[in-house]
Order: sequence, then structure tokens, then C-alpha cells
Amino acid sequence: MKPLLELSDVRVRFRTRSSFNALLSGIKDPFVDAVNGVSLQIREGETYALVGESGSGKTTLARSIIGLVEPQQGSIRYDGTELVGMSASAMQQFRGKVGAMFQDPVGSLSPRMTIRSLLAEPFKIHGLKNRDLGQEVDRLLEMVGLNRDFANRYPHQLSGGQARRVGVARALALEPRLIIADEPTAGLDVSVQGEILNLLSRLQQELGISILAITHNLNVVRHISDRMGIMYFGRILEQGPTSTMFSQPSHPYTLALLSANPEPDPDAVINRLELRGEIPSLYDRPAGCEFHPRCPFADSRCSTEFPGITELSDEHSYRCHHPRHRLVSGSDSATE
Amino acid sequence: MSDANLLEIRDLCVEFATERGRLKALRNVDLTIPRGSIVGVVGESGCGKSTMINSIIGLLAPNAVSKSGSIVFEGSDLLQKSERELRDIRGTRISMVFQDPMTALNPVLSIGSQMIDIQYRDPINKAQKKQRSVEMLKRVGIPDPESRLENFPHQFSGGMRQRIAIAMALQAEPALLIADEPTTALDATLEVQIIHRLKDLQQSMGCSILFISHHLGVIAELCDFVVVMYGGEVVERGTVRDVFHRPAHPYTRKLFECDPARIAETRRELPTIPGEVPDLANLPAGCIFAERCDCSIDICRTSVPPDIEIAEGHWARCHLGSEQVSP
Repeated sequence: MKPLLELSDVRVRFRTRSSFNALLSGIKDPFVDAVNGVSLQIREGETYALVGESGSGKTTLARSIIGLVEPQQGSIRYDGTELVGMSASAMQQFRGKVGAMFQDPVGSLSPRMTIRSLLAEPFKIHGLKNRDLGQEVDRLLEMVGLNRDFANRYPHQLSGGQARRVGVARALALEPRLIIADEPTAGLDVSVQGEILNLLSRLQQELGISILAITHNLNVVRHISDRMGIMYFGRILEQGPTSTMFSQPSHPYTLALLSANPEPDPDAVINRLELRGEIPSLYDRPAGCEFHPRCPFADSRCSTEFPGITELSDEHSYRCHHPRHRLVSGSDSATE
Repeated sequence: MSDANLLEIRDLCVEFATERGRLKALRNVDLTIPRGSIVGVVGESGCGKSTMINSIIGLLAPNAVSKSGSIVFEGSDLLQKSERELRDIRGTRISMVFQDPMTALNPVLSIGSQMIDIQYRDPINKAQKKQRSVEMLKRVGIPDPESRLENFPHQFSGGMRQRIAIAMALQAEPALLIADEPTTALDATLEVQIIHRLKDLQQSMGCSILFISHHLGVIAELCDFVVVMYGGEVVERGTVRDVFHRPAHPYTRKLFECDPARIAETRRELPTIPGEVPDLANLPAGCIFAERCDCSIDICRTSVPPDIEIAEGHWARCHLGSEQVSP
């Protein structure tokens, strides 16, 4: 199936010092790489989950897709159109095609606007004034399972789950083909989390939309996504079909993430792959593989040579000199 | 109160005055935190977890018009204390990690000055306070802490900000740490690291932790006891083993069924609990969960169930109580 969104070698850099300041302090490269050479594809109608710890560049990557940050390098193609280097006005037009749900459900809704005006806002911004806004608002509320009376409420009168539903409705307003959901269920209880995820998956089936889900909840990823990518330090260390990634992870970091996931059973014996050390600073990127200071399997090669992408199949690829996939088959022991 | 318990909440009721009338936010809440233990609290948002914490630290909103029951901490009732006495307890004997790491820190002060400021009670000089701050940051896993002391909160990621908040809360070496969903912003490896650190710090400092979380896996791994709240009531409490292995209240069972971590085979349609949370200003006559409960019987809709002790230290507020677990 052809990809709806195709990112290749996307790099987003942020300046940390002014050029004058950098010259004074003798820093040759006054930038940090928040996203460093990411390539991924999202196909029509599928859910791609981006997993990684806070600060790994997931949100920056998502923001680069909707043009909120400009990549310094690489290409982002949506349905054949190149987005990198697009003019501001063309970008403004394009944003109508991608729905975005931001992290904080209540914080991303203006506290002074009613739900009705919040839901009508996308149509006004994109100049669709000829539509019957009242009807559109009712349609959106019904789609996300909220009563019409909610149109008159303000965001502070909503519960977390209801605010999330309004976020979903806003993202869907202009009938996008892609939704970027940044932490769609953070801060929700398991039962409400189930409701929001079921809503998203129902809408996905009905409307055939693609979803880029950003999360660190692995339990959710396992159930809702078709494919997933593991981000660390601005790079995708491993990506592939979700089922394969869970059953046969290759990268030590993937293995560590999967084994770290706490089980809801007080007597569970968890064979953890412990990571040593701390996350290095973005200002001081380790040489070679960025993961080597924390990796239990690292050797001298890892600290000098940057691992290229190894493709296990068309779908499944990783960046590592010492992949673990041979060890996990059959047993869940990760140590040698 | 027995000396083995650091905190004992008995029969706590809190009501708020609202436009719609009296909102009964907490009703007959019992909770015990033994010394040196970690007690987890689970429940949906709006179930009264935050109200309970705010009652302990004496930070209830001014419209809390009625408070009854007792909260005995280190031998004296916190509800009877003056504002001045509570101030001396907050930040020294009880400290807190709040839910929102973004707003817990002052955005216009550097991390270093905030960490030094909160040690205003300690009779040591500024260099020593700074050194202590560096050590605390190191303990919660902030890389190169010396240089990062000069940074402002916006220069840290959400997860790091939360770890700074944890460092600040533990710096005072409190007897009780209240942690309100402290690991929500962290990834799985860091979440595990943090809860293990919390456990280590708790053991080395000998404090108790009241740990609020949505994440059932974290509760199971970290806590000794667990309290399940629903609609302003404690519906079930007991040791983590009893509650996770033999949940007695129908709500607890439903909650566990909804946890995607417990569902072995992959599925798109996740289970939920149908129905709505009851309106606390207009309570149902009987059991708070009767409307959404699969096994409700006639009595559930007419009378409030008593707390039934199913096994030693394992309580459930359900009419079906002991009959539920036996088969």
C-alpha cells in the first residue's frame, strides 16, 4: 500500500547559543539535534506508534510534520507533496489536511471559548464560512459521543475524558486523512483510556484515516498500533510491525523498554534488562552509537562507529552492532 | 491509634458548597499508612483522591464547608491543627510531589535557586545547600547536575522536571511523601528506575509514601498496600497481594479488566466500564457503584453497603462482600 506520509532523513536542529556567543566560547557547533535523520512511512488507514522517553524527539518530529518547526534537512512528503520548504501560506492551507491532538487535553482548549466556538474555529480559520457551522458542531459532537448540550460549556466544565473527546472532534473537523495524536491518553484512567482508544479506532475504521500516535504507554501501543518505531536521542533505533517488535525485538533498548514495563501483578517475576547510567546530554552527544553508554552489550566498536540501518525484512529494521534477536526466540531471557 | 501507624484516617467526610448544592466529595473514608510502607491509591479522576490528599495537607479549597472524622498523623489530629501548625508540618514532615510537573516549579527562577530556597529552615550555608541540591539531583538521575542548577524549568523535559520535583520533595527527608501520579510523564525504563529509586530512598530514609497512580502495574510493583476509590468512597483496601489476586469489590474487578496490560491477546476494542460516574451533589440512595455494577441486587439500590472484612486487613464496601470471593 502506498504511504500517505513519508519522512526521509528528517533532521531538526535547535540553536543553543547565538553565533557571537558560540565564537566567544569556542563552540564549533552551537546546535542540538532534536531529531536526527529519521525516516518512516505511514500508510493509509494504519496506526503508527512512536515510542520513546521524554526528550527523545517524538513531539518535535510530530511538530515538524505540521510545520510548527522547520526541519534543516530531509524531506517530508504527504500524499506526494513535499512539505519541507513550503511557503507559510501554503503550509497554512495544508494544515487543514492533518488533524492534531496535543498533549494536554484541557490546556489545548482555550478557556474563554465555548465548545461550540472551539469546534467552529477550524472552519473559520480555513475560510469555510459557507458551511452551516451549527450543523457541523452537532455532527462533530455526535461523532465523538458527546451530547449536544456540551456545545454551550466551557473547557473547565469538562472532565479529562470529555476534554479529550473535544480534542478528537477538533482534530476531525476538517476531515483530515491523517491525525497526529500526541499522548492521546496521558492522565486518563484505564476505563476512560479504553473509551478514547475505542473511539479513535472506530473513527479510523469508519473514515479510513491514518494515525500517528505518540506515547510511552507500551500496553496501549500493543493493542492499537499496526507498526511502531522506538525513538532514542532523536533517532529511530528500531521499527517494524508491532507484533514482531513485541515478540522478537532486536535492539537492546527495545528489549529494555519491553522488559521494564511493570506488570499489574504483585508477584510477577520480571526478568529485566537493566540499563546502566543516565541519559546523556543532548549538548554532548556520545560518539558512535548514542545508546552505547547505557547499553549492557556495548563494546569498543559501539563507541566509535555509528551503526547503520540493518533491514531484517521490508518492514523490520534496526540500528545496532549487537542485535539481540537471536537470543529472545524461545526463552524470555535476555542475558547471554 | 497504634504506634505502628504513621497516618490514620478514620471516617473522613468532606463536603463542598457549590451552586448545585452540597457536593459530598468524600464519604466515610478510612485509610491507614503503617510506618515505612508504601500505600497506593487508585481510582478514576473525580473519585476524591485529590480531595483526600488536600485534606491531609490542609489545603482544601475554601468552599469545603464540612469536615468530619479524623486524620491522625504522628499522634495528633491534623484536622484540629491551626494554619500555623500545619505550615510547620508541610514541607518538613509531609512533603508532596504534585501531579503537574509543568506548574510545580517556578518558571522565572533557576532550578538551583529554587532548590536552595526551600532549604530555608536548615542552618547551613549556601554552598552546603547547593551541594545538597546537586546530590539530590544526582540521586533522581539528572545528568551533570552542577551545571544544570543554573537552568530554568523550561530548559528541562517534562520527565526531568518531575524528577526535580521529586528531588525537592525528598530533600527535606519527610516522614510522609505524598506522590500524586509522579511517573505519568516518564517512559517505561525511567518509570521503573524512578519507582525503584523511590523505594530505595524510602527504605534508606525510613519514610512512608502515599502513592497515587493510574498505572496499575506501578502500584503492583511498588506498593505494599492499595486503596481503591470510587465516587468519593474507599470501596476496597488491603495488601497489594490480596487486592490484585482476589479483588472483592465489583468495581475493582472491572477496573482490572480494563487494564490493557492484563489483556494477553491483541485487540482493537478495549473493555470499558459502561455508564457514568454518579453526581456527587445528588447521590444515589444505595451503593455508589450500583448503577454500573453487573451483580447488583435489590438492596444495592436502597441501602449503602457496610465495610466488610473479607480477610484480615482486606476490606470491601459491598453488600455481596464475602460471598463474592468464596466461590
